[in-house]
Amino acid sequence: MINTEVDFAGIKMKNPVTVASGTFGYGREFSEFIDLNKLGAIITKGTFLKPKLGNKPARVCETAAGMLNSIGLQNPGIEYFRDNDLPWLRQFDTKIILNVGASCLEEYVEVCKIANTLDIDGVELNLSCPNVKAGCMACGTSYEGVKDVTAAVRKVLDKPLIVKLTPNVTDIAMIARGAEDAGADAISAINTLLAMKIDIEKRRPVLANNTGGLSGPAIKPVAVRMVYQIANAVKIPVMGLGGIMNGDDAIEFMLAGAKAISIGAGNFIDPTASIKTIEGIENYMQRHNINDINSIVGAVQMN
Amino acid sequence: MAIVEKVELVKKEQIKSDIYKYSVKSDKMANQAKPGQFLEIRVTDSIEPFLRRPISIHNVKKDEGIIEFIFQVKGKGTELLSERKEGELIDIIGPLGEGTFNTNGYEKIAIIGGGIGIFPLYELAKQVKESGKTVNMYLGFRNKDFVILENEYKEVANNFTLATDDGSYGENGFAINFLKDDISKNPVDCIYACGPLPMLKAVQALAKEKNIPCQLSLEERMGCGMGVCIGCAVKYKTETEDTFKRVCREGPVFDANIVEI
Ligand SMILES: Cc1cc2nc3c(=O)[nH]c(=O)nc-3n(C[C@H](O)[C@H](O)[C@H](O)COP(=O)(O)OP(=O)(O)OC[C@H]3O[C@@H](n4cnc5c(N)ncnc54)[C@H](O)[C@@H]3O)c2cc1C
Ligand SMILES: Cc1cc2nc3c(=O)[nH]c(=O)nc-3n(C[C@H](O)[C@H](O)[C@H](O)COP(=O)(O)O)c2cc1C
Repeated sequence: MINTEVDFAGIKMKNPVTVASGTFGYGREFSEFIDLNKLGAIITKGTFLKPKLGNKPARVCETAAGMLNSIGLQNPGIEYFRDNDLPWLRQFDTKIILNVGASCLEEYVEVCKIANTLDIDGVELNLSCPNVKAGCMACGTSYEGVKDVTAAVRKVLDKPLIVKLTPNVTDIAMIARGAEDAGADAISAINTLLAMKIDIEKRRPVLANNTGGLSGPAIKPVAVRMVYQIANAVKIPVMGLGGIMNGDDAIEFMLAGAKAISIGAGNFIDPTASIKTIEGIENYMQRHNINDINSIVGAVQMN
Repeated sequence: MAIVEKVELVKKEQIKSDIYKYSVKSDKMANQAKPGQFLEIRVTDSIEPFLRRPISIHNVKKDEGIIEFIFQVKGKGTELLSERKEGELIDIIGPLGEGTFNTNGYEKIAIIGGGIGIFPLYELAKQVKESGKTVNMYLGFRNKDFVILENEYKEVANNFTLATDDGSYGENGFAINFLKDDISKNPVDCIYACGPLPMLKAVQALAKEKNIPCQLSLEERMGCGMGVCIGCAVKYKTETEDTFKRVCREGPVFDANIVEI
């Protein structure tokens, strides 16, 4: 018997495979394609205090081995989530992690106060969305900013707290320490890379918002490097993501130091990508006679 | 419920230099497909080009388990798709879209399509005509070189008008002008449209003016096509709701009175 179970910051997941915020909705759509019971955890769409309308279209476009998005965090608000999506999600034997967004520190605290009362397994703070201009979304780019928000949320949240980092910084390790120092239970990285695509015929950016976040295999090497740096800078566990499409990609992140991983845009290409990744990980374990998945976390040997 | 399946390309026809008709075999998809729905097609096994391509369902042969779709080669994705050979498997998700053409209670309908936007209208016309109701069809093309599938569409219409913008084939002018003339003499119960945005806007305005129910099939850039990324947003406005809806999920067919295009 091989063991794929991981204890991720107190969240006991049957395997390290989760689905990333904003790429899986609140689970309903993909329940048509896969058995949600098989997932380590579901991370919800970024949820705010109040519903958000999102940006004008075009909101997505394809780029080399990836895509840009500027959805603008369209979401129904936490009360809607509490009353409609959460009860539905709870029928499945998987962990539910609520991804929380906000446009100022006070809003993060307000949402997390409500989150603390919900039947969820953890909260992931999105400190990093590049698509919302105002306020606190920039607070993910400095040690102090990350520390302040994390500390404020920590005061009102007893559940496992995962802080999700933006890669749009010079020193990701230092930022991660900000979260750890303020009491975060885990880090997840990376969010999307701020990017732009120009339609050369129209001489205009393709996205209505001009810029958007790059995701998909194009960002994977950057993400692996950052996960490695974070894992070596903090003691709390790391959730690795960015361009994961299959089990091999997942293993690469785990070797770099991720204790759990997340499939993002890969879900769009293959709605069964998460399940295939679980199978791919088991397959790798068998091929390499690994009994416990935890043994490969951070097991990369540097040159 | 949509499924993801590798389906066999059983028949490939080139109907113009850059337009192909593919018949794929999938009992499950054919069984459920409704008029107005679409497929998300993976054009490669690799990660480049990355996203699936949304293509409408053109015709469904339920008894044979066949779905037909027609596409024009535009960029690298459709180019790759056009290189597939009969007997090969194509990775398809479908049928997608909960907003489909709804014909309940209508006896006489008008269907208007323009250019390569005519494809999702075929199955609709076919089903309505087969059920003994009346289909008035209006197709518009830029000029005679762009005219496609005239005979196929004629067969599924009771009254058929084909127009070209420059008059080089069929009637002279925009298809909507003929629709407009006809409905002022002979009203219809509902208008269905798919095509270029200017045409859809004109149809929407006409339907509003004449107070006729109208359903539009829309296109928007999609990330996933399955409703999770909320990339393909369209403005949706009622007395109680002012929001964005997903073209891939609540659409691609929308009530023209509510959707803002
Ligand atoms: C619901 C729906 C139904 C469609 N049905 C048909 C059909 O039946 N037949 C047909 O020929 N075409 C149809 N289209 C348009 C078709 O999806 C595009 O022509 C195709 O995606 C172009 O891909 P490409 O790689 O050749 O072009 P590229 O320009 O290289 O594509 C780059 C990216 O832009 C996207 N894109 C480009 N044009 C469009 C467009 N018009 N709409 C949405 N996304 C676009 C592509 O999907 C891809 O992600 C439909 C589009 C939608 C949204
Ligand atoms: C369409 C889309 C929407 C996203 N929405 C969110 C969100 O609401 N909150 C968040 O923290 N991350 C969001 N992300 C970022 C992803 O969770 C993930 O961090 C990023 O896409 C990198 O992973 P990937 O390359 O596997 O997609 C979104 C990504 C995409 C593509």
